[in-house]
Amino acid sequence: MCLWCRIRQKIPKKKKTYYAAHVMTPLLSAPGKKMAAVQDAPMELDAEKETKPEILSDGTSNLSGNTASGTLSSPPLTAGGAPKQEDQQTLIAVLQFLRRNKLTESVEILRREACLEDQEDSQTLDGSGGGKGDGDGGDANSLLSRVSIASAAAPQSTLTPIPVKNDQPDVSVVLSAYSQQGDPSLYQVYYSSLKNFIESVLDCHRAELSQLFYPLFVHMYLELVYNNHENKAKAFFEKFSGDQECYYQDDLRILCGLTKKEHLKGNEALLDFRTSRFVLRISRDSYQLLKRHLQERHNNQIWNIIQEHLYIDIFDGMPRSKSQIDSMSGSFAGETRREVNKAKVFYGLLKEPEIEVPLDDEDDEAENEEGKPKKKKTKKDSMGSKSKKQDPNAPQQNRIPLPELKDSDKLDKIMYMKESTKRIRLGPENLPSICFYSFLNAYQGLTAVDFTDDSSLLAGGFADSTVRVWSATPKKLRKVKSAAELNLIDKESDDVLERIMDEKTASESKNLYGHSGPVYGVSFSPDRNYLLSSSEDGTVRLWSLQTFTCLVGYKGHNYPVWDTHFSPFGYYFVSGGHDRVARLWATDHYQPLRIFAGHLADVTCTRFHPNSNYVVTGSTDRTIRLWDVLNGNCVRFFTGHKGPIHSLAFSPNGKFLASGSTDGRVLLWDIGHGLMIGELKGHTDTIYALKFSRDGEILASGSMDNTVRLWDSMKAFDDMETDDFTAATGHIHLPDNSQELLLGMYHSKSTPVTHLHFTRRNLLLAAGAYNSQ
Amino acid sequence: CTSTAMTEREERRFAEVPRESIKLMAESSGVELSEEVAALLAEDVCYRLREATQNSSQFMRHAKRRKLSVEDLNRALRWSNTETICGYGAQDALPFRPLKEGELFFVEDREINLVELALATNIPKGCAETMVRVHVSYLDGKGNLEPQGTVPTAVQSLSEDLLKYYQQITRAILGEDPHLMKVALLDLQSNSKIAALLPYFVYVISGVKSVSHDLDQLNRLLHMVKSLVQNPYLYLGSYVRSLVSSVMYCILEPLAASINPLNDHWTLRDYAALLLSHIFWTHGDLVSGLYHQILLSLQKVLSDPVRPLCSHYGAVVGLHALGWKAVERVLYPHLPAYWANLQAVLDDYSVSNAQVKADGHKVYGAILVAVERLLKMKALSLTLAAEGSGAGLPGTTTGAVSFRENSPGLSPPPEPLSEPPLGIASHLQAGGAGCPWEEWTPVSLPAMYCELYSFFGDSLAVRFSTGLPLGGVPPPGPCQPLEGRKEPASSAPNLENTRKMPQLTASMNISPRQDGSPRMEPQPPSLAATVPGRSLARSSSSSVSRSRSSSSRPGRSTSQSRDIFPKARFPLPQAGPPAFSFIIGGRQMGRRCQGRRFQTSFSPTPPLTTHPPRAYAHKLPVIGRVSKPVRRWTCSHYSLHLPL
Repeated sequence: MCLWCRIRQKIPKKKKTYYAAHVMTPLLSAPGKKMAAVQDAPMELDAEKETKPEILSDGTSNLSGNTASGTLSSPPLTAGGAPKQEDQQTLIAVLQFLRRNKLTESVEILRREACLEDQEDSQTLDGSGGGKGDGDGGDANSLLSRVSIASAAAPQSTLTPIPVKNDQPDVSVVLSAYSQQGDPSLYQVYYSSLKNFIESVLDCHRAELSQLFYPLFVHMYLELVYNNHENKAKAFFEKFSGDQECYYQDDLRILCGLTKKEHLKGNEALLDFRTSRFVLRISRDSYQLLKRHLQERHNNQIWNIIQEHLYIDIFDGMPRSKSQIDSMSGSFAGETRREVNKAKVFYGLLKEPEIEVPLDDEDDEAENEEGKPKKKKTKKDSMGSKSKKQDPNAPQQNRIPLPELKDSDKLDKIMYMKESTKRIRLGPENLPSICFYSFLNAYQGLTAVDFTDDSSLLAGGFADSTVRVWSATPKKLRKVKSAAELNLIDKESDDVLERIMDEKTASESKNLYGHSGPVYGVSFSPDRNYLLSSSEDGTVRLWSLQTFTCLVGYKGHNYPVWDTHFSPFGYYFVSGGHDRVARLWATDHYQPLRIFAGHLADVTCTRFHPNSNYVVTGSTDRTIRLWDVLNGNCVRFFTGHKGPIHSLAFSPNGKFLASGSTDGRVLLWDIGHGLMIGELKGHTDTIYALKFSRDGEILASGSMDNTVRLWDSMKAFDDMETDDFTAATGHIHLPDNSQELLLGMYHSKSTPVTHLHFTRRNLLLAAGAYNSQ
Repeated sequence: CTSTAMTEREERRFAEVPRESIKLMAESSGVELSEEVAALLAEDVCYRLREATQNSSQFMRHAKRRKLSVEDLNRALRWSNTETICGYGAQDALPFRPLKEGELFFVEDREINLVELALATNIPKGCAETMVRVHVSYLDGKGNLEPQGTVPTAVQSLSEDLLKYYQQITRAILGEDPHLMKVALLDLQSNSKIAALLPYFVYVISGVKSVSHDLDQLNRLLHMVKSLVQNPYLYLGSYVRSLVSSVMYCILEPLAASINPLNDHWTLRDYAALLLSHIFWTHGDLVSGLYHQILLSLQKVLSDPVRPLCSHYGAVVGLHALGWKAVERVLYPHLPAYWANLQAVLDDYSVSNAQVKADGHKVYGAILVAVERLLKMKALSLTLAAEGSGAGLPGTTTGAVSFRENSPGLSPPPEPLSEPPLGIASHLQAGGAGCPWEEWTPVSLPAMYCELYSFFGDSLAVRFSTGLPLGGVPPPGPCQPLEGRKEPASSAPNLENTRKMPQLTASMNISPRQDGSPRMEPQPPSLAATVPGRSLARSSSSSVSRSRSSSSRPGRSTSQSRDIFPKARFPLPQAGPPAFSFIIGGRQMGRRCQGRRFQTSFSPTPPLTTHPPRAYAHKLPVIGRVSKPVRRWTCSHYSLHLPL
């Protein structure tokens, strides 16, 4: 799917200059360098290109009879992660449409950008074509180069060329997804006949086939709405909405208000639903049963919908039970397809640098600073082979270029190790002490909190657009002196680092002003020199904690940015927002290095994997995706939450992931196998904070219900069934053992828990704003 | 005020706007809608409403709230390029009322009287600084003794006790009973638990502007300031600015109370000025940024001839309170210009001018006191500097002579650099760029003395000498070069301008604490908590300091400068027959012999007896004249020489 136009479509017309079109650029091989070679191509797209997505959407709306209206939402976006063939079909259909309308240039551009092989006609352009000789050629080239960079970006990646379907899709079918129809008055009959059938089948199949209810219901309802059968749609809704699973309540609420085709235009979530395929997993037996039934009854309407809008992932073996199905369903896009989670994920940790021999490292650094990235790689490799054996599941040390360790980083590592020796070993018998950091008088609304790894600083993002940084230690925060004053300093002195600080500015907290909307996410850099904040104003800002000023405003999302997170090694960070993509940035680049597109709704939270090679995102579409930083692929896709995901946490060993949602449940995932391995029930409200203890033995969860709960994560992981069958099919039996796993529940008086943090010695810090009401 | 009739259907649980409402709304804006259009519109409006609500809920979720706010809805509207709604940001829910007769529903939206709101005297609820409190909630997972006690309540809102305390204290201080007031002020001075009330008290004190007609109330409020400032448990923080502005108001403003000459607003100003200096020297770190600003405003008042004399008086005592450096930098350069105005007032003997003239005398006295201390302190600083640099310089007479000859204007020797730079001073230094004092250069002491003497004549000399003990044998003979020196004195600053710049900055490093301050004393007597006892305290303090001064070591004038205020009172108590010999630079250096730079002596001369200084009040117009007779006069009666 062409990310380019998808992103373009999200962008309101007034902000055209900001879109970031290059989807893939090679990650910097030498991070830490000044941003010299930043791509400037994206800005050059001219008006001709600008019109293209509009043509696209206009075309869609012409065929479907939509009227344009300026709303928050975007034209239909399709899922980029999973259903590739669908995308291909759509693309080819669009191409045909364009061609028919003599928009040849657009055709070329679209084709080239989408890496479509030229299969069907005589256009001379091929995948690497030089473009036409006119002014568009340059743009086409830049687009093209971007695409080719994308494929070249990941030499070691497993990125396979996008498969191209050879059969010609029927244009009208794809573009007018809902135009063909049976007799609208018979929809109720169709549906109820299927309902009767499913209710009459054997129990073992009923649970599986019941999965069909929801997608069928939605599609049929939308089809009725789409074809202006308003009253029939309403009747249909009233009759069958009660049959749907309770966890689809939120969707039904949206649906019930939607009775006109015009409404569909602005509702991106439902447009996504329409264009993407809902994934069901059904055993072969059940599927055969269904197929036979529909063919016998000539229930073509239903059959067509199944064919066109559902993706049925058929597996051999025993049908799944109701609880098995329920644990995995609930997402907006159905379940995960089995093959999606088969990709290899290097979840192991990177080897720790040997800082006992600082001399070697310094030599190494000195050489690298001269700008020979390749040299560095070989050096590192040789070092890696020398050292103690590496985690077999870990990625190569240089899979992602990581910043060099500075002297201060090494000192910090030494501090970390010293602290680690004093760490308290936690366990069910030895629970951590909890310190609560209450934000008092936070009338302006506390929206985000972060601690530094060493727990020395505390940052709060507020709804009044401010970011405040507090010192959590008696040491006060000081700014660096002004340039004029710095000139007077003896730069040779030993305590020059102390001298550069302006004692007059010492205070317990500092305010950072710059955002123009609520700050939804804050994240400290690992070296404590920077702070990131993401805001409703569509920007991510990088602040210096030396001068307490804003260094960079990263523009790109153009819509509220819900979360941002620094890589554990610094330099990179990830952000996710309302535009439904997550972006990977490097601090010295003003444009993103990667755009992770695939979520059907807002990306609500983002986290880096401890080895910095992966990024996990949680979304309002109730799914979690794990992305490979190297090539931008979605390598894991987790469904099972019944509400938007608001918190994510990796276990310290990188093997497991915990996710918390508005449904009050914490789900545990095995990244390597791509399986759900636990469900922790207990919270009664949205879980906004999750954190593993430093050894990964305890999982702490904090929620809007004013509690902190501690869970025995070791036990949860150990109880996991790891037999081959489960791993192969993904059919897990989750024991309902939340009560056994719950080690403690701690109330605050009236303070929702916004953030949790384990100090290096395993003291648990919780933070939240005291709520006087 | 909208008149939307909304119905709520149970089963769907969302609001619907019926077509009737749409039609009504259309009619109210003068549009006729057909039934069909209204129905369509109604449906669309419903949908858009629901959509906006839906979109707004995500803002609520990310703000980690449970309650959907108007702000959330507005954000959703803004992002969908829709106009936001205004006027619904209030904390309290707007009541939605039905009107029975017309089946009309409306949101009650009362008019707000802005004037009333702005002038409301009730104390606003404190909105304290956002802060983070750490609390060990659960030790080893066991929980605290108080199971839920994680949140301290003190900072949230005022407890009942505190509120009661606040009411009692304010009532006592502003009330009639002086004894009660004393007790309240004492408690305010020492209570360690009133931090939460600070903003309230500051607010009360800021009410000085509304009671400018009531000297008594002003006094009480100033005492409240003093108590707060002296309370060691209070961190004034940014509230100190508000306090300072209240104090400044009392110093500078032509208070309504001063219309009546019977009101002793002079004392109030004195007291406020003293308080100001007290604040500066006890909370220098907090108010450092204000020093410059205050100097500016004082200067502005002083240079504004339209202002009444009592304002000028305030400016002078304010400058005096800020230390001799302030006097030197602001008052002294401004004196020639100001003198003309004052002269005019004082020269006017008409009956109608009597009151103004009396005020003029007040100002005159205040200036006199200020410049006297300026001279004393400058001399002292010279002494110290000389003493400090004595080792470095060849301490011979020839060296001293060459020093003098090389700098005919006698620019001040370098100030001691070892002074700990204080907040105020360093600010002054930093704020020097672009300020009107950029061109200011220190005037040498003798030149300064000459000039001041030209204004004040003997009264200056008399008062100057009274504070200092007699010492050293006054070298006889009037010094002739005085006449010649006066010209260099004026040109010297220019000459020295560039060369002496480092010294300028160095001299500004002097903290006001050095120049004799209330700080030196454990407790300024005139800061006593009681109003009635003040005058008594003052007179005693002056006598105390006087007696002390006689026994104190020469040159240490720090202790004497304490009684400047009493002295400023006019007419002055004449302290017996004056002895007219004095030494600038004191005798301290004499002990070391080395650092003896110069010695100025003033010996009683015949003209002095003919014009006894006690009569200067009457002779003022004459001696104050800057015209030539004065020059001659000074020339003949004034001797300043360096016995080398």
